[in-house]
Amino acid sequence: MNTQKITKNKIKGIIGRHEAEKTSLIAILQDMQNEFRYLPKEALVAVGKHLDMPLARVYEVATFYNAFSLKPRGRYLVEVCAGTACHVKGGFNLLAKLERELKIECGQTTKDGTFTLEQVRCLGCCSLAPVVRIDNDIHAYLTQDKIPRILKKYRK
Amino acid sequence: MSKIVKMEDLNKAKKRGLDALMPRKTKIMVGMATSGIASGAGEVYRALDSEIKKRKADIILKKTGSMGMDCIEPLVDVITPNMPRMAYGRVTAKQVPAIIDQILNGSIDKEKPTYYMGEEDFIVTGEKIKYYKGKKPASLKGINAIGDVPFYKKQVKLATRNCGLIDPENIDEYIAKGGYFSLYKALTTMTPDEIIEDVVKSGLRGRGGGGFPAGTKWRSCRDAEGDIKYVICNGDEGDPGAYMDRSLMEGDPHSVIEGMIIGAYAIGAHEGYIYVRNEYPLAVANLTKAIEQARACGLLGKNILKSGFDFDIRISQGAGAFVCGESTALMASLEGKAGEPRAKYVHTVEHGLWNRPSNLNNVETWANVPLIIARGGNWFSAIGDKASTGTKVFSLVGKVNNIGLVEVPMGIPLRDIIYDIGGGIPDGKEFKAIQTGGPSGGCIPAKLVELPVTFDDLKKAGSMMGSGGMIVMDEKTCMVDIARYFIEFLESESCGKCVPCREGVHRMKQILEDICEGRGQEGDIELLEDMAGAIIDGSLCALGGSAPNPVLSTIKYFREEYEAHIRDKKCPAAVCKALIEYRIDPDKCTGCGLCPRVCPTGAAKGKIKKIHTIDQKKCIKCGACVESCKYDAIIVE
Amino acid sequence: MVNLVIDGKKIQAKEGITLLEAARENGIDIPTLCSHESLEPSGACRLCSVEVTKGNRSKIVTSCIYTVEEGIKVNTESERVKKVRKLIMELLLARNPDSDVIIELAEKLGVKPQKRFLPDHDKGKCILCRLCIKTCETIVGVSAIGFSSRGATKIVGTPFDEESDVCIGCGACAYVCPTGHIQMETTGDTRTIWGRTFKMTACNVCGRYFAPEDQLKYISQKTGVPLKELSTCTSCR
Repeated sequence: MNTQKITKNKIKGIIGRHEAEKTSLIAILQDMQNEFRYLPKEALVAVGKHLDMPLARVYEVATFYNAFSLKPRGRYLVEVCAGTACHVKGGFNLLAKLERELKIECGQTTKDGTFTLEQVRCLGCCSLAPVVRIDNDIHAYLTQDKIPRILKKYRK
Repeated sequence: MSKIVKMEDLNKAKKRGLDALMPRKTKIMVGMATSGIASGAGEVYRALDSEIKKRKADIILKKTGSMGMDCIEPLVDVITPNMPRMAYGRVTAKQVPAIIDQILNGSIDKEKPTYYMGEEDFIVTGEKIKYYKGKKPASLKGINAIGDVPFYKKQVKLATRNCGLIDPENIDEYIAKGGYFSLYKALTTMTPDEIIEDVVKSGLRGRGGGGFPAGTKWRSCRDAEGDIKYVICNGDEGDPGAYMDRSLMEGDPHSVIEGMIIGAYAIGAHEGYIYVRNEYPLAVANLTKAIEQARACGLLGKNILKSGFDFDIRISQGAGAFVCGESTALMASLEGKAGEPRAKYVHTVEHGLWNRPSNLNNVETWANVPLIIARGGNWFSAIGDKASTGTKVFSLVGKVNNIGLVEVPMGIPLRDIIYDIGGGIPDGKEFKAIQTGGPSGGCIPAKLVELPVTFDDLKKAGSMMGSGGMIVMDEKTCMVDIARYFIEFLESESCGKCVPCREGVHRMKQILEDICEGRGQEGDIELLEDMAGAIIDGSLCALGGSAPNPVLSTIKYFREEYEAHIRDKKCPAAVCKALIEYRIDPDKCTGCGLCPRVCPTGAAKGKIKKIHTIDQKKCIKCGACVESCKYDAIIVE
Repeated sequence: MVNLVIDGKKIQAKEGITLLEAARENGIDIPTLCSHESLEPSGACRLCSVEVTKGNRSKIVTSCIYTVEEGIKVNTESERVKKVRKLIMELLLARNPDSDVIIELAEKLGVKPQKRFLPDHDKGKCILCRLCIKTCETIVGVSAIGFSSRGATKIVGTPFDEESDVCIGCGACAYVCPTGHIQMETTGDTRTIWGRTFKMTACNVCGRYFAPEDQLKYISQKTGVPLKELSTCTSCR
């Protein structure tokens, strides 16, 4: 998935799909996040204007929820499940391995913009624990030794 | 889709549904809930589709939700006329041609089904319809009926009655299973008071965690002053290791919708909201479709079933905040704000969403409602335990053999869930504890394995029912690490509004980190206990008010493990990295050369066929060597 | 009127008022940090926690939000209350070790720093009470500042931590801040707050710099009073 180009038209288009009510704020931000894979500043400013809402209130909501990111994410989002089932099965070792392999810390994006590494609360596929999700692919029963090969597939 | 107004319209839909459910030709159903898809059901579905097309076979291919036994997914069900329904577990795309072969030539020799179902249970109406007439086919010898599969044997499926059995995208199949007949009964023959009375009689308590009696809540909301009222469905299932509500929303969305319409009628609400967790796209998709279908049939909208009652539902998606499972935070989020809770001195049934009377129940609670209306409050209350009636869905995960969703009658002992349904602990390890209630719950030790699962017994044991996560832990699980894990979770999920939760949980985490990393001090346990009491008393909402539970329950039952970390700087379960060492057992090492190859720091060394060693100075305790060693030669302690 | 007992004292209070108000009217002191008479209570600091007994059940509530009820007994100094207050003060001492207000209040309440809590040095004197945010939103009406993030990383500031173009430099936030966290510097013809420097207006009578230009423009716009009339300081008016 590529980061979409941010244009005024796109921002306008997303905002236009929603009613100009304050209650639409989260839904609009979700659409923005899906489109751009992060929330660009100009989008937040535009949403505030559209909903007649101070930027400070928009910013509060944008920084409160986990689903929103104010920093551009990489081409692929690598999410290590931090659910309880994955934790008791050593999911934390996978995170450490990914940090070493990608040479970034959790929450960061690789220099080439390919991967962003994050932890996710629980993917709810506890029977496959421990799991890592890369964009929409679930990698089940994952062990450290499989990680380099998996990353290579995406690097291509 | 034709409008449903009269009983005869419902009966017509039921007939269509039955034809789809148990058709006169072969039908294949693939369990395509999130759990199934994650296990590779999508690939199996595509393989089936192309194989059926390739052979021009007259077979219907459908998607269904999850039966709950996640550990045998992808699950493929085959329904052939006058044959038992056959379920194939752990199917791969490779097996597909052989399965189609079998279907076409009527044998079951190459691919053995995991179990079969002799009849379809219509719990809403109390009917059962046999899949076949006469004797059980001889070819099924040695294959268990579903009722004899240990995983299903002790289960009673009320809330999840349709999950994995119907096509969630087809409203007719839901109606065929008795769906929307309860709505008809409620709207055409019952007064709101009679409905509430029935729900009170059923003893139904909230399945989201608190266990508040649903009927009482409905009554308060009905009695609250105000013309505009709301019903809300809490689908913000945030507990890590819990996914019951997701499975319901994905596998049987109409049961939730029907429950909400009945509730709205009883309370006097005309607008409803379903708040779904951000991470559940399939649940949102299936709910959206179901709502559209219900609208098209006239079961949502104006003048439902010509009763004069108007009601509609909107879906709202969460954006990733555990605290939004708390009702006042959820309502703030529905209003488009940051999910900060407010003090509940004035109840939400009086002043909730937009300050109006609002009745919030969890997904599973709503899904039980149609069944209560259909069979009566007394029928429901006879199931389960006296003060905790009915069933509860749990996600049984962690160090247990059969992982999945289970629905059991309340009052069942933990032992039955862990050993009979769950099949015990893998790899011959010892059962140590079970964590229930999510981050607000607690760890129940092995010695309490006979504890009956009820709201009150779990609370007495220092845990809680919660929304239904059950995480089984074995001897290799460190209880201090588990406490640290949950507190870390809560620290980052605290909204940050009130001091005891924001700062108190943060400081608890620092102390627990110290203990896990060998910097624990004498007095830390007592300090944690003291802090816990003040945080519980002083916090603004239930998140902070229950945050110390994982710490308190692990201290209560595993104090010696805390002491070992603090005094002896040892982690008895060999989990806490700062307190353990990796060594090679010279008796077991064969010198295979694998661990030096996988070791990222060069700590594991040794020539081929010579016993290997680990350099403690270089070892980062990543566990790669343990994972790779085929001879169990790495000692961690 | 509602009858209740606070610390053994029989009290009659107007219906709808909070326990805190009822206590203060009767000379009973309950410590607070985030409460302010002209702003809605939020119950964030929890320092005003008291124990309420109804029949044979008792619970801890925040007196700034909880309204008086007939027949309840309120204890502002029970053991449970003291434990909550002690922890809150220990937590705030660790969060804001340089705040004189917190140190003094802790001394008054007899609370010493908890040695096991390592003091923070990145939070300034802010206790996240939200008085500044509410003042800016509901009294001033510009909403230049707000929260960002949540939990232990929550902070107060301008969006993106950049100069706010809606801030009018009025300084009401600094004025209402209970711990003196918000820095406002006024020197001659400029005032700096939240990273932005404002030009001050000199009084057209006495020549003293008395208010930021943006503030006067904002007031003029809101009230319709010509800017010229606003350019006289309050003491010369």
